[in-house]
Amino acid sequence: MPQEYRLILKHADAPGYTRDIECYLRQGGYEDLKKALALQPKVWPDGKTMGGPEQIRDEVLKSGLRGRGGAGFSCGLKWSFVDRKSGKPIYLICNADESEPGTFKDKQIIYKDPHQLLEGMIISCYANDVHLAYIYIRGEFVEGARILKQALAEARARNFLGKNILGGGYDLEMYIHRGAGAYICGEETGLIESLEGKRAYPRIKPPYFPAVLGLYMCPTIVNNVETLCAVKHIVAMGGAEFAKLGTPNNTGTRIVSISGHVKRPGYYEVEVGKATLGELINDPIFGGGLRDGRQLKAIIPGGSSAKVFKAGEKFKLKRKGPDGQMATVEVDLLDLPYDFDSLQQAGSMSGSGAIIVMDDTTDIVEALANVAEFYAHESCGQCTPCREGSLWMSKALHRLTHGHGRKQDADYLLRIAQNIQGRTICAFGEACSWPVLSFVNKFKDEFEARGAADEARNMVKGAGPMKDLKIAASLDH
Amino acid sequence: MSAPLPANARGLAVSPVSFQVPPPVEAEVDELISHYPQKRSASLMVLHELQEHFGCISKEAIEWTAAKLGLQAINVYEVVTFYPMFRQDPVGKHQLKVCRTLSCALGGAYQLRDYLCQKLGLDPHAHGIQTTKDKKFSVEFVECLASCGTAPVMMCNGDFYEGVSLEKADEIVAKCP
Repeated sequence: MPQEYRLILKHADAPGYTRDIECYLRQGGYEDLKKALALQPKVWPDGKTMGGPEQIRDEVLKSGLRGRGGAGFSCGLKWSFVDRKSGKPIYLICNADESEPGTFKDKQIIYKDPHQLLEGMIISCYANDVHLAYIYIRGEFVEGARILKQALAEARARNFLGKNILGGGYDLEMYIHRGAGAYICGEETGLIESLEGKRAYPRIKPPYFPAVLGLYMCPTIVNNVETLCAVKHIVAMGGAEFAKLGTPNNTGTRIVSISGHVKRPGYYEVEVGKATLGELINDPIFGGGLRDGRQLKAIIPGGSSAKVFKAGEKFKLKRKGPDGQMATVEVDLLDLPYDFDSLQQAGSMSGSGAIIVMDDTTDIVEALANVAEFYAHESCGQCTPCREGSLWMSKALHRLTHGHGRKQDADYLLRIAQNIQGRTICAFGEACSWPVLSFVNKFKDEFEARGAADEARNMVKGAGPMKDLKIAASLDH
Repeated sequence: MSAPLPANARGLAVSPVSFQVPPPVEAEVDELISHYPQKRSASLMVLHELQEHFGCISKEAIEWTAAKLGLQAINVYEVVTFYPMFRQDPVGKHQLKVCRTLSCALGGAYQLRDYLCQKLGLDPHAHGIQTTKDKKFSVEFVECLASCGTAPVMMCNGDFYEGVSLEKADEIVAKCP
């Protein structure tokens, strides 16, 4: 039976726990920073020495930590790409732009346990020889920015930040940078442009890999809030111990955000891969199942950009059998382990760890229209296929949900989506086309029926009134 | 939609008499600029500061910011027009932002916005931001506010409200002075 495993959220919701530094220190806060700063150089038998910062980087690599923002890329590898020989300063930016629809995990950390994030960041900065770091927080987290500002002031007053931190000779400054409501700022190169005070137009890679040409064309590390918090725990327990949490290649814990039509929407921290999608949705300690009398219709497993799953789907996954040989096994949708690799093999992704559940009251065409409107609004406008395509898709879906659809709209949507993905500077092209491709392909009968019904009705002179928008049955869960 | 900047907007010599940034606000702006190795980086933070004080970002504010950061006015203007949170026109004293995106829509966000519009005498079918005649309230749909587990959510000025039933919406509106 899977259980919650609270590592990062250990204290956040504990009774009496407050977000001020005194409370954090009472729970052993900043001890891991002291441990990191006190690491002595190691001398290997071959005479090579490994400094403290390098040891931390090595532990992070060993831990197998994968980025919690969406791409699931190895954090240790990301750090290893940083150009340390250029002579330019290295910057670190915490990506606190949390804006993938369905995701609300970083908010819990920022609002309830901000010092944990700061400690993780300071350690990560020390490990990468960073002396200036920023927290890029989304504009709507007005209070979050205030909380972090206060936390930074407290940390500075105790010399966890500033000059000569705790007498160890290490200097670090850290500031808050607020976004202003643009989703694309979550994309790391768009975020960097925004931090430079410009429109958040993502940069083309190559050559603008942040590890080499990031903020002010200097080497830059951009990590998600949850990833940076995990670094603190890796220093505390060691990389090998951290890697024992979760499952092979999917190590550590992960905060899963569950929303939509479940009885207990919320955030749950679990060991990665130890719970299945079905358990997260139905188990009484997690999502608690669908509302009474309702049946599952669809699941978006990793934020709205992830491809949708249809209830009852089965997948063929490659698994290591008891004899050590790779074998193909058939897995039901609800039995999919909720980890990076299984979801990828099933044709979607665990993305930012956000599960959106839709039951049989959901109008799937309306649901896609909602998501498409989001992407049409948020496209930065730099690449033509995305700027135009996201709007066309949204318009076609608006038509379909307002009584003016056509039967061929389903194919029309697929054609547009296919012409966006892979043809844009950043992954937004995929983010806006994947929902359309998966929704329309998997629920094609509903899209075609809607279009056909509109066509039939509009043939009659004096067609009826437009339908009202109604995406859900009721306000109460 | 606002009119484009006047042709003389070059960001340097213009200093309209009507536009005065109070010393405490300017001191905060200077502090913000000091956080960055390059002044231009401060543009979003400076604009937030000005918007908070003046309620919206006027052409004069754009020119003032440009001069402050050593930029052309267009460099600031393009930032103002790109980011949804920056407003060029005054809005109501209390801004109600209802999250529109999927999880909130599944939880009744459309009904919530309709209700707020009707309650405040606004058109529920209109697109974009609407302000009441007495300039007390503005209502608009915004995209995902990252509180999907407690849908539907809304913001009233800087404050978050989660699981907003229609009764709770009444309370939020009633609390606004």
